Amino acid sequence: MKYLVSFGSGLLFALGLVVGGMTQPGKVVGFLDFAGDWDPSLAFVMGGAVVAYSVLYRLIVKKKRPLMEAKFHLPTRTDLDWRLIAGGATFGVGWGLAGYCPGPGLTAAATLSTPAVVFVIAMIGGMFLFGAFDKVVLNKRSKPQEPEQNPDLVGARVQVPSEN
Amino acid sequence: MENFTPIASTIGGLLIGLSAALMLLFHGRIAGISGIFRGVLQPKKGEFAWRAAFIGGLLAGGAALVFMTPELFAVSIDRSLVAVAAAGLLVGFGTRLGNGCTSGHGVCGMSRLSARSFVATASFMTAGAITVFIVNHLLGGAV
Repeated sequence: MKYLVSFGSGLLFALGLVVGGMTQPGKVVGFLDFAGDWDPSLAFVMGGAVVAYSVLYRLIVKKKRPLMEAKFHLPTRTDLDWRLIAGGATFGVGWGLAGYCPGPGLTAAATLSTPAVVFVIAMIGGMFLFGAFDKVVLNKRSKPQEPEQNPDLVGARVQVPSEN
Repeated sequence: MENFTPIASTIGGLLIGLSAALMLLFHGRIAGISGIFRGVLQPKKGEFAWRAAFIGGLLAGGAALVFMTPELFAVSIDRSLVAVAAAGLLVGFGTRLGNGCTSGHGVCGMSRLSARSFVATASFMTAGAITVFIVNHLLGGAV
């Protein structure tokens, strides 16, 4: 029962992506093509989603806890660092190149469309490649973790991986 | 603007927002697809099932909808599989480096007025538009 909501939510998300036109790379690229035959549709997908979620988010987080978990798991980081900007830009180049982002890529891959399947396999590769890059190049894992209860750090940023 | 679909796209967006709200209401989670999918690939204890169920729903939705509305998968672009594979690598790598994608930062993050998400969204929108300009207008549209 507990995971039926997750499944239904994924199903609804897929319906929204498909109805909104996000599973059509030509429409996504058409939105990003400001110098060409611009298709503003994607702005309406984003607008509709942000309006709906903004309203519902504010109503939901007033509750003490979610219906099926002990507490809310929301991202807490507020710092702006180079990883955020470079990561966004790297993702954006891939998004503009193929017209797929992760959700629509997965939804379209389930239709067994060859480009979407290739995209998702490569995306999995990219996620694992990042793991190796993070470990070897950025050497992140060898640094000591910030202590959680250090009084000097109260109010400072908390190093919790945000779940976006 | 031959493909412009304002009504369908707004309805699609509302459904996406509603889906993300359901995840928050029941599970207290942000519906960020890249993060959820990453957690399926490298599961942590107690964090796998809800993620797998969500991704399962996303996939089941695509598989079911292509039979009902094949025309909603129709508008494609002219890209080689090598370009598509490169795009997938960049998307996988970039969403982990930047902690999110269009759903997590673009929809959930901006709705929560997260500065990080506004910056990430501006970054991927700009990079996407520059990429499309280069591909469509400098390279002739086929890569």
